[in-house]
Amino acid sequence: MEPVANIGGMELVYKKPHTLTEIPTHYCPGCAHGVVHKILMEVVDEMGIQEETIGVAPVGCSVFAYNYMNIDMQEAAHGRASAVATGIKRVLPNKYVFSYQGDGDLAAIGTGETIHTVNRGENIMILFINNGIYGMTGGQMAPTSLLGMKTTTSPFGREASTMGNPLKITELIAQLPGAYFVTRHAVYNTAAVRKLKKAIEVSFKYQKLNKGTCFIEVVSNCPNGWKMTPVESNQWLEKNMLPFYPLGDIKVPKS
Amino acid sequence: MENEKGTSETRLMKGNEALAEASFRAGMQAYFGYPITPQSEVLEYLAAQAPNHPDVVILQAESELAAINMVHGAAGAGARAMISSSSPGISLMQECLSYMTSAQLPALIVNVQRGGPGLGTIQPSQGDYFQAVKGGGHGDYHLIVLAPASVQEMVDFVFDAFRLSEKYRNPAMILADGALGQMMEKVILPAAGSLPKMDAPWATTGKRHIRERNIITSLFIQPEQMEKLNLILQAKYSQMQKEVRWEEIRTEDAAIVLVAFGLTSRICEKTVDLAREKGLKVGLLRPITLYPFPTNAIAKLAKSAQAFLTVEMNAGQMVEDVRLAVDGKRPVDFYGRMGGMIPSPEEVLVRVESIAEKLHAVPA
Repeated sequence: MEPVANIGGMELVYKKPHTLTEIPTHYCPGCAHGVVHKILMEVVDEMGIQEETIGVAPVGCSVFAYNYMNIDMQEAAHGRASAVATGIKRVLPNKYVFSYQGDGDLAAIGTGETIHTVNRGENIMILFINNGIYGMTGGQMAPTSLLGMKTTTSPFGREASTMGNPLKITELIAQLPGAYFVTRHAVYNTAAVRKLKKAIEVSFKYQKLNKGTCFIEVVSNCPNGWKMTPVESNQWLEKNMLPFYPLGDIKVPKS
Repeated sequence: MENEKGTSETRLMKGNEALAEASFRAGMQAYFGYPITPQSEVLEYLAAQAPNHPDVVILQAESELAAINMVHGAAGAGARAMISSSSPGISLMQECLSYMTSAQLPALIVNVQRGGPGLGTIQPSQGDYFQAVKGGGHGDYHLIVLAPASVQEMVDFVFDAFRLSEKYRNPAMILADGALGQMMEKVILPAAGSLPKMDAPWATTGKRHIRERNIITSLFIQPEQMEKLNLILQAKYSQMQKEVRWEEIRTEDAAIVLVAFGLTSRICEKTVDLAREKGLKVGLLRPITLYPFPTNAIAKLAKSAQAFLTVEMNAGQMVEDVRLAVDGKRPVDFYGRMGGMIPSPEEVLVRVESIAEKLHAVPA
């Protein structure tokens, strides 16, 4: 970010990074995507790697991520973001490459690509936004929907015997030798946002080591899909999502 | 066996291996694949030769689905990228081919066809004609489609397909079959370096401060924008018509014209000889590009010839395009074998003789 300036007697303490475009996001009030976009692009700005970073957008609510991030990006088919990112990174090994994916994209239709991308230890960062629901299509059940969770396709609540259990794909990913850094975060309060930002920063730095994939899950909310106010959704997240998807590092590099 | 780069050489090679070697010589920068009979030798050959080409990315993906999306990524990043597979694997790629066409990404897709539908057989077929030339995935689009009929063309069309695909920023397909992939023939391998590097100012190589960000996408949510993109694609397809290629054999005086592509065209070439020995005036038109299709060339022959016989290793697919070209002016018959069966020149001759009898136009 720019150094602190003095404007009209007032101190400028915050400025939007130029790595975010001027286009207003389409995200619902209270949605975590905007926050994650912002800190991701702040890191790109602060590290001075805008010219060397290529992102891959998923299918899901963040399908238009490339409208907001002022970097070169590709839009992938549903579930294929990590395969597209693999193709980019393999031909541009010196660039920073990330995929930005939701739970339906990464943990349902794209499970195969996710596991094999990490298993090959592709030197990319995968940012996984888990809000336990299909937001863009109107609130259907996701692979990560909690048991009992009511969605438009589990109107009486998710039930394990017929709909399966919520998938802890991040724990699964951490088992793979190709995973270098696996961590779970959230953005429901400022302390959590700061921690996520740090994780994104180190993941970009790790990319230069060529040691494997960095995988960051962000346990997120969906006020609209969960049919709650933004505040209620964050409270619900803390009470229900975090006990099942506990925050913290799952796999850290051996020093 | 390995020759220095920069020279052409003559070898006896399998179609699949010749195609793989040609891809190195055509400056291919990234290959993503998945094993499937009868084209696995492509990936095997590339993997074995990889130490001689340290700058070329060669990756066996976890599925055809992943592999074609890796091609999307690599092509979008400005690399000359390629994939090969056989029919069931190509079916899996159709979604991404639609995306790539819409996102205007160049790449080479090779289909060494086998008999279907379903898991089918590993024997040669031409059953994927519709899928290859009519789009294959969702939406209005076409691939540029080249149909080789020899191992030499398995080599030459790698260069042509890359060139055309990059010229039009549209995926190009080499539509071969299991026989062309597996058979060995003498082949002249062109020197490396003849194809200039792709100029891709649109590629996602990192947003330089001197330009706006590059976005590779097929999403245009506003219908006005989506229609605009479609109009751009359709304008490209109109432009592409000038790339049409075909070959005619003894059609000048032909009363009956055989129309066949790929392996079947070689069978029909023999039928032409057999028919001519019997005094029947028979010729052959062989489409080399299946998209664009030699519609005008066939329409022209419809003025001089009296009947057409389309021969394919399928239930009758290209015959529909032949009928559109002939436009009801002459009868268009079809003869085909399916499920991996290859017609013999003599079988085709029986059909030719029966048409000749009906016409009463050619001396016996």
